[in-house]
Amino acid sequence: MSEHRHDDHGHDHPHDHGSPAAEMTARVNALIGALEARGVATDADVTAVIERFLAAAGPSNGARIVARAWVDPAYRALLLEDANAAIAELGLDMSHWAPVELRVVENTARVHNIVVCTLCSCYPIALLGPAPQWYKSEAYRSRVVREPRAVLREFGVIVPDDRDVRVWDSTAELRYLVLPQRPHETDGWDEPRLAATITRDALVGAAEPMV
Amino acid sequence: MTFSVGDAVRTSGRDPEHHYRVPRYLRAKRGRIEAVHAAFPLADARAAGDPAPPIETLYTVAFDGSEVWLDGAEPNTVYHAELWESYLLPIDGVP
Repeated sequence: MSEHRHDDHGHDHPHDHGSPAAEMTARVNALIGALEARGVATDADVTAVIERFLAAAGPSNGARIVARAWVDPAYRALLLEDANAAIAELGLDMSHWAPVELRVVENTARVHNIVVCTLCSCYPIALLGPAPQWYKSEAYRSRVVREPRAVLREFGVIVPDDRDVRVWDSTAELRYLVLPQRPHETDGWDEPRLAATITRDALVGAAEPMV
Repeated sequence: MTFSVGDAVRTSGRDPEHHYRVPRYLRAKRGRIEAVHAAFPLADARAAGDPAPPIETLYTVAFDGSEVWLDGAEPNTVYHAELWESYLLPIDGVP
């Protein structure tokens, strides 16, 4: 992985496999300095853009998507077929600085899905906010591809051996979101109440909805 | 070589010096095309700073856990990776 460069697929990187964070910080500071020197943007402008993006990016977006899919079969079908079109119906957009293709994978009685980025930390940041530290850890990234059931057990998610586990590794241009199974206890609940059961971790397959 | 959903494929066994998006544990492994995506610039060339990188179809390829991890695999697990076309060979291809 020594040649792995992160500047070609735009998202945050832990830099825990060789390239020191200090090098990236220096690079970013040099770029901001150049923008300031040319009167293009100030450090405060850059910070404001990042804060605006992050203010709109959080797991409540993902939870709204799931709650809608649970109550509306046509929306669920669209979400699984063309996720970018489906989230646009809720006023959401994956793109921040570049277009990103979203794929939603559905948990069923026979299948449990879990998302990882083994290269770095690709994650649907626009829908979930910044990735948690565990998602970026080398332990998670290296173990979940080989022993996903053991990793899920540590998260408290017990998947029986006859229920398939599908691991989705974000190795290139796609980002993944998990559509959890709707808990039986939630019959008749409205969308806001359903959305409240869906945590950040459930949206990448590392938890079940909380009821 | 263009592939369709369901096609049996094998990853290349190549081990290049440059940036390359086939993880080592996934080299020369058999899988099947699970989804066909748009064409995207090849990451290898982009990482090398090529101003006009080749544009290749990207695929999601599914691999049975037992193909990748042999006896170390857990039961009924499937691993999916996004791989560019030049990383893949038809199942009877040569490396």
